[in-house]
This record gives sequence, C-alpha cells and structure tokens, in this order.
Amino acid sequence: MEEASPNLVTIRNVTKYYERGKQRIEVLHGIDIGIAKGEFLALMGPSGSGKTTLLNLIGGLDKPSTGSVEVAGTRIDQLGSGELAKWRAANVGFVFQFYNLLPMLSARKNVELPLLLTKLSSAERKRNAEIALHLVNLGDRAAHKPKELSGGQAQRVAIARAIVSDPTLLICDEPTGDLDRHTADEILGLLQELNRLHGKTIIMVTHDPKAAEFAARRLQLDKGALVNAVESRSEA
Amino acid sequence: MKYLPLLWANLLRKKTRTILTILSVIVAFLLFGMLDAVRVAFSVRDSLEGASRLVVSSRLSIIQPLPYADLQQIQRIDGVEAVVYANWFGGIYQDRKNFFANFAVSQNYLDIYPEFILPKEQEQAFLTTRTGAVVGENLANRFGWKLGDKIPLEATIFPHKNGSNTWTFDLVGIFKAREARDRNQEDQMLFRYDYFDEGRTFGNGTVGWYVVKIADPERAAEITQAIDSFFANSAAETKTQTEKQFALDFVKQMGDIGLIVTSIMGAVFFTILLLTGNTMSQAVRERIPELAVLKTLGFSNQRVLWLVLGESLLLVILGGMVGLLLSMFGVNALSAAFRGGVFKVDINSWLTGVGLMVLLAVGVGLPPALRAMRLRIVDALVAH
Repeated sequence: MEEASPNLVTIRNVTKYYERGKQRIEVLHGIDIGIAKGEFLALMGPSGSGKTTLLNLIGGLDKPSTGSVEVAGTRIDQLGSGELAKWRAANVGFVFQFYNLLPMLSARKNVELPLLLTKLSSAERKRNAEIALHLVNLGDRAAHKPKELSGGQAQRVAIARAIVSDPTLLICDEPTGDLDRHTADEILGLLQELNRLHGKTIIMVTHDPKAAEFAARRLQLDKGALVNAVESRSEA
Repeated sequence: MKYLPLLWANLLRKKTRTILTILSVIVAFLLFGMLDAVRVAFSVRDSLEGASRLVVSSRLSIIQPLPYADLQQIQRIDGVEAVVYANWFGGIYQDRKNFFANFAVSQNYLDIYPEFILPKEQEQAFLTTRTGAVVGENLANRFGWKLGDKIPLEATIFPHKNGSNTWTFDLVGIFKAREARDRNQEDQMLFRYDYFDEGRTFGNGTVGWYVVKIADPERAAEITQAIDSFFANSAAETKTQTEKQFALDFVKQMGDIGLIVTSIMGAVFFTILLLTGNTMSQAVRERIPELAVLKTLGFSNQRVLWLVLGESLLLVILGGMVGLLLSMFGVNALSAAFRGGVFKVDINSWLTGVGLMVLLAVGVGLPPALRAMRLRIVDALVAH
C-alpha cells in the first residue's frame, strides 16, 4: 500500500531515456520531487539539463521510462493516451514560450478551445472565455487575431486559455523567453497573482534567474539530475 | 457542430488554396452530375406509358434493316392508326463538320408528326417531286438554303448506283416546329424513300425502322407486345419501343456509353484524389505544431483524427454540393436540347454523388488524419 502524499505532484525515482539506434540517451536520472498544492515552483538549469522533459512528464505530455509521476492522487504514468488526454483537459493548463495560439482564431476562440472538450453550451463557452480574458486584462481584445496582438498580449491570451477550464496545475515552459524584460515582468506578475489569489499550482521552466525570482521555490537541474539535494526556498 | 467554426477557420487559413481546391472539386462533381445523367439516360428504359408513337426496329441491332413488306402487316395490327418508315442516310454536306441528321422517309412521314408545320403547297411538292427534300427551318437558316435549291449530299453508306457518291436533292419544303421546345428537331433533312431505294446499290426493299402511330396511347404496351409477337421467330424479329428509347439506342451505337462515362469519371476522380489529397496533406503538415497544441490541451488522438477528416469532408462536401447543383442547371440545358427531358440529375445521382463525396473525403483526409492522430506531442512541439 502506497504512503499517502500531501503533495499535489509527487515524482519518485523518475528516469527518462531515448533510444537513438543502439545508443541510449538518458536525459533524467532518478529524479525525486514533491510539489505542494498552491506552490509556485521554478525549474532552472542550462539548455539540455532536462527541465522541459521533466515538465512534460508532470504535464502528462510524455511518460517516464522508469519511476512514477503522481498528480492529485492519479498515477499519470499509468494512464493510456485517451485517459491522459482527458486528464490533461481537466487538470492542467499549459503556457508555452511562443504562445502557440491558433493564428486563424480570434483571442476569444483560442481561449474557448479547451472548453470544446466540455459539455458547456456555446454561450457558456463564450462567457467563460470572456471572463478568462478579463482576468488577464484583455477583455477588449477578444476579437483580435494573434497576429494583431503584441507578444505580451499573446502570452496573456495563452494564459487565459490555460486557466479557462480552471485547472489545478499550470505548466509554463519558458513563458517569458520571447518577451522583453518589462513585458516579462508583467506576465510573471500575472502568474504570481494566479498563484496567490486563485491558488493555482504553477511549475515554470526558465533559465532566467530574474524570472525564477517570482517563484516561491527554485529547483536547479543539471545533466538530468537535481543539483542540490536540499531544495532552496525564496520569496519573490 | 461545435467544431464547425474550427474546421471552417482551418479551411480559410489559406484562402486561395482552399478556393482553388474547392473549384477543382466543383468541376469534378459538375462533370459527375452531367455524365451520370447521360449514363442514366442511356441505361434506363423509357416507359411505354402514354406513348402515342412507337418505333419498330430490328431486334438484332438498330443498324439491321427490316423488310419493306412488314409495313402492311404492321398496319393490320389492332390499334395501329398509321405507319411511316425511315432509313438513316448519313450524308455529308460539303464538309464532315456540317453534320446533321438526314433520312429517307415515306411520303406520309410528316402526317404523324403534328408538331411540325409544313405549308400545304410544299407538302404537295414533296409528294410530286421524286428528288424532293424537306428540311427544318434551323437547318435552312444554318446553310442559307431556300426553296428550289439543289442540295448535294456525299454518301457515307449508300453510294448511288450511277457510280457517283453524290446524291442531289431539290429543296421543296421547309418545316417549322409548332412549339418552341421542338425547335431542336428542325435540324434534320428528310427526303423521299422511293428515290433513295431506287438509287442505292444494296439493301433495296428494306427500311431502317417503322414509326407507328397508335390510336389509344393507353394501349401502347399491348400494341408493342402485339407487333413484336407477330414477328417473333421470323427472319426479321422486331423490337418495338418509344421514340425516346429508340433515339437513345441510336446514340448508343457510338459505343458503350456507360463504360465511356465511367472511364471519364474514374480519371477525373483519380486526378481530384491526387490533387485534393496533396492539398490536404500539405495543409496538415503545415499545422503539425497546432495539432500538437490541441493534443496538449486535451484533444485525444481520435478527436484530432476526426477533426482532420471533418475538414476534408467539409471541403469536399462544399465543392461537391455546388458542383452537383451546377450540374442540374447544365443537365436541364442539355435536356432542353433533347425533346422530352431525356437527361436529369435524379435522386440516385445525388445519393451516388454524396457517397462519392464521402469516399473522396476519406480518401484524401485519411492519410493526413492518421498522421495527425499518431503525432507525438513532445516531438511536434520540439520541432516547432
């Protein structure tokens, strides 16, 4: 019988490797992490350190080669692809470095996308998307297409899309990597607000130390392993 | 339905490409509708119901003549009001491209065609002039013929026994259609059978077909049966049918219409399959990162497969429906050229068309849809 965990995310002895012909490339080696509900965690490390791979495992985009990934009591490494898709839709919001909005849809329609997987009516989807856009201060840009938005605005739309279905966990992969300092700080401030005021658990990958300062806790990865066994905590 | 705006937005992403693809699908289904109407017209037997005229030809083949002696026997069959006869001549006026129908006919031929108006004195001239010919007004206008003109036709089947290939006729009458819908029937030339029969080098004493006027159209089926039964087991068995069916069989001599039409449609759809398939594959290839994003958001593999297939279906159904609608207009125009509305896009053509649309959509959509379904999110996002 497994021990009950107080964490929202529990990663135990996770390894991840890829086969390239006869060669096995191990990108994560025996990672153990616990992330509490409502935490804002920054995963830092140089390129190739495995931070995005780890983020993909937590977000259910990939599966570990060995070890377990448990999120909110669900062993997501044991879910089939269909169940995993449903689980992602219900539990995780994703924010990418390059926003990854669908260019032919308006901001509102982009935000509505996750809601297409729910039983909400068209009017309810529209209303929820507008609320999410208001929450990121973009209520007046609902009809704009991504190409008509600045980088910061596009990222706000991406955040609105990530939170519209009210997920427990927000996964952010270099959310400010394509933004200038000022805009980046605004986005990070918004994430911090979502964490503090709305209780969202946020896991953010970044190699920008200034961005990491917005997180309540920082973990350093290098060559597929946590550098410090003792996790350092800091308040922004 | 909730995915329709998403599918529509994807189609409109590259408007020019989508419009061109839809246009090619429209053309394909326009051709399908028209060709299928032709195929159906040549494969469906015309109903005898209400027919006031029947055509009696050889049971063996439309080009096999019947004995002239059959005339009196047909006239004696109960319910037959009048019998006329004709023989295809196939003459060429000056140049092959000047094609028009020309027949040797009995002198009373126009008596059973009240839809044509021939002035009395011209009718009389036809009866008294062995080399006389009457033509429809359209044909006269086309070649600038007027009464009294001599019209030479080059024989393609029947050389003249005088050794010449040229038959010369005196234009003694110009008939007009009573109704506008019959104007297309004015493109023919009729001349006297006795002049033709005496002058030809073979086949004398035979006619191509008989046209029977019946007193009671309600008895068409019965009289048809009576005529064919009468000549059953004779040296020249007959096939009696409606004029429309006879005309269709006449055209069928050119070849297997069904095979020709199916071959053309097959080639068209194969080309469309390649063209549209390439477009769909390209469109999906360009959107791989976006499909990965949809999967990230929780769209399952199957849902992504259906989205791509739905897009393909929308594209083909849109073009196909417009094409079939346009074909209805085209077929109506074609039908107007054939008396009695021979061609039409019927419910079966629509159902076959919709079936083809679905097949085409699956054919062009399935390979990219499978690719999208199998897409690994992590790989696609890294590639982006």
